[in-house]
Amino acid sequence: MALLQISEPGQSAAPHQHKLAIGIDLGTTNSLVATVKSGMATVLQDEHGHALLPSVVRYMPDGTVVVGHDAQAQQSVDPANTIASAKRFMGRALSDIANRAHIPYHFVDSTEQAGLLQLKTRAGLKTPIEISAEILKTLKAHAEKSLGIPAGSDELTGAVITVPAYFDDAQRQATKDAARLAGLNVLRLLNEPTAAAVAYGLDNAAEGTFVIYDLGGGTFDVSILKLTQGVFEVLATNGDSALGGDDFDHRIYCWVLDKIREATPNFAPLSEQDTRLLLTKARQAKEWLTDNHEAQIVCRLSNGVLVDVTLSANEFVVLTEQLVQKTLSPTRKAMRDAQLNLDEIKGVVLVGGATRMPQVRLAVEAYFKQTPLTNLDPDKVVALGAAIQANTLVGNRSDHDLLLLDVTPLSLGLETMGGLVERIIPRNSTLPVARAQDFTTYKDGQTAMSIQVLQGERELVADCRSLARFELRGIPAMAAGAARIRVTFQVDADGLLSVTAREQTSGVEAHVVVKPSYGLSEEAITRMLKSSFGSAEIDKKARMIAEARVNAGAILSAVELALKHDGELITADEQQAIQAEMVKLQTLSLGEDAVAINQGVDQLNHATEAFAAARMNASVSRALSGKNLDEIKL
Amino acid sequence: MSLNYFQLFDLPETFALALSTLETPYRRIQASAHPDRFVSATPTEQRQSMQLATLANEAFLTLKNPAKRAEYLLGLKGIDSLNDSNTSMPADFLMQQMEWREALEDASMAKDTASLEGLFDEMQAEGNRLTTVLTDLIDHKKDYPAASETTRKLVFIDKVCADIQQAIERLD
Repeated sequence: MALLQISEPGQSAAPHQHKLAIGIDLGTTNSLVATVKSGMATVLQDEHGHALLPSVVRYMPDGTVVVGHDAQAQQSVDPANTIASAKRFMGRALSDIANRAHIPYHFVDSTEQAGLLQLKTRAGLKTPIEISAEILKTLKAHAEKSLGIPAGSDELTGAVITVPAYFDDAQRQATKDAARLAGLNVLRLLNEPTAAAVAYGLDNAAEGTFVIYDLGGGTFDVSILKLTQGVFEVLATNGDSALGGDDFDHRIYCWVLDKIREATPNFAPLSEQDTRLLLTKARQAKEWLTDNHEAQIVCRLSNGVLVDVTLSANEFVVLTEQLVQKTLSPTRKAMRDAQLNLDEIKGVVLVGGATRMPQVRLAVEAYFKQTPLTNLDPDKVVALGAAIQANTLVGNRSDHDLLLLDVTPLSLGLETMGGLVERIIPRNSTLPVARAQDFTTYKDGQTAMSIQVLQGERELVADCRSLARFELRGIPAMAAGAARIRVTFQVDADGLLSVTAREQTSGVEAHVVVKPSYGLSEEAITRMLKSSFGSAEIDKKARMIAEARVNAGAILSAVELALKHDGELITADEQQAIQAEMVKLQTLSLGEDAVAINQGVDQLNHATEAFAAARMNASVSRALSGKNLDEIKL
Repeated sequence: MSLNYFQLFDLPETFALALSTLETPYRRIQASAHPDRFVSATPTEQRQSMQLATLANEAFLTLKNPAKRAEYLLGLKGIDSLNDSNTSMPADFLMQQMEWREALEDASMAKDTASLEGLFDEMQAEGNRLTTVLTDLIDHKKDYPAASETTRKLVFIDKVCADIQQAIERLD
């Protein structure tokens, strides 16, 4: 592991150096990586000139992993070890997966994390997180090669990774874990429709209220945004995280299967190979029907049966009408939540490969009573938007005029008596958001309370997704209803939740901070990192030291830059105190003691409290007319 | 002393407030305080940024909605308009409430989305009317007891509107 280079305070090599940051669209069907070069957002291609990397991962007999086109080509040959559409399984339990019988994989309940699934491959049990990490690693390698930086160096500052707006907390956390396994520093998780809006809005200097209709391979999102002078404000979002182009393929597949059964009454169930073959043929027929009146599906199954059927465009429309209608219900919900009439919508932007289907375009046009905008490549627009945001986040854009104000897609709440959900944060709340609510005890002398955190729109606990369950202990014994337990939900800018509970009537405080429980454990991540490095000697201790050094390096350069810009906001003595902590931390990070390095980080962080407040104050004062932040109660 | 939401946005403490007037300072604060501006900052700065951005969102949400704005503004004047002991409503409004509730239930039972939408529009119109009344009561007449009663009516209308939305959603 290379040592981090740390320059002397005040001698930063190149303060305005362009930092390298990438945007990644981690799609169900295809994934892309983009960056901003000389002010222009560009999708990076691999050495064969491909911009799109099929999101397919194959575990080979020799223990290697193949990702992309080569893996996709072998799907029908080696279906159980060639995983496509892993995104559909991210953060999901076995029971969440519809049509499991028609998916040629061996699913099992996860051994890593209760409630999550794994896939059985020849390389062992794999979580969807590990499979997605393989795709991210491949994209990272493409980007490093294309940008001319050494693989595995620290020159790539970070990445923005897009997720469907309608992804819940479990799916978002899974995506972040995958990035961590791939060795990527995640600057931010960005909602796909918001990313598309950024690319579209900046490209067209658009102002007004726009709808982003994003039908991808496996997910559907609709977001309504107000664009005002570089501010992208999401008014409402809705969707279906299990609806996409794959489902259209599946309808064709079922239709073909019916035809086969009509012709061959005693037809035996399909093998995995044949299932994959027919699904591939179905996808090709769907794509062909975008520009043609009929599609012929011809193939020979492993038992010798010849399939030769023709699907007309009209029949395809009838087969999939229900799926198209299924996208309009979330669309209407978003419009109602945003409290907008159709005539207030300035434009409707289509995103995602599945919006190429004529019946989808016609349905959108009929609902919004206007021709949708299709002047950007629906496959690339999300990655481009992510690259633009990544470039802004690392500070390459000097003009601070791009601001994204996104929302939480699903309501968050708690279980109360009788299996009912008490909503704490309603859907479509602008992020970051915090909300507190007081609860009390049910019985005399009750000293503990079980708190279940839920996400979803339904009133019954059983119909919502359980994010976490924890116990608050140490409540002083009191009469029923006398205790005051304040539960605070905080959702950060990535859309991830943390929960705090505190008993506040007594001097005794019980205090718990919970991160929802379905994320991978530290041990699991270490083990996965270890196995992904083959027999490499990376162990938990080495990883902890490496991470502590990265943290130390990050805070040292942040403080150094802050002192350089705003040092005059504090006294010379205060500056010296901070610099003393910096020197201490620099010394510590040369050593091998991760705990000591982390303590040094904490101490430096603590030493900069007043300085940070002064800087925030100065910055907000500049934004407003001389408001003093000391007066703002945080 | 901490700033109230009006002071945070540098706005006069009046009930009358155009959305565009509120949006400008809100966006300015977010442009400098949002966590996206502090991605490579120290943990302390990131925490402060999240707290300030959260506060600005809460303040914006409160001042944007007329019922919440009225409740907040009356609160600044020492009046707890939604207090339990303060829930008296005139008989005619109670009658009207029951009629609205019945209309909502009937339309839900009949799965009549058009009627629900009609009822929603009717409630919105009544909400707009009450907002105008509140401007007069708070900003001009300074009749806070009457404003409290109107605020409670507006809160009720918001609640019925939310219930109508939910009923429409269930039928969709």
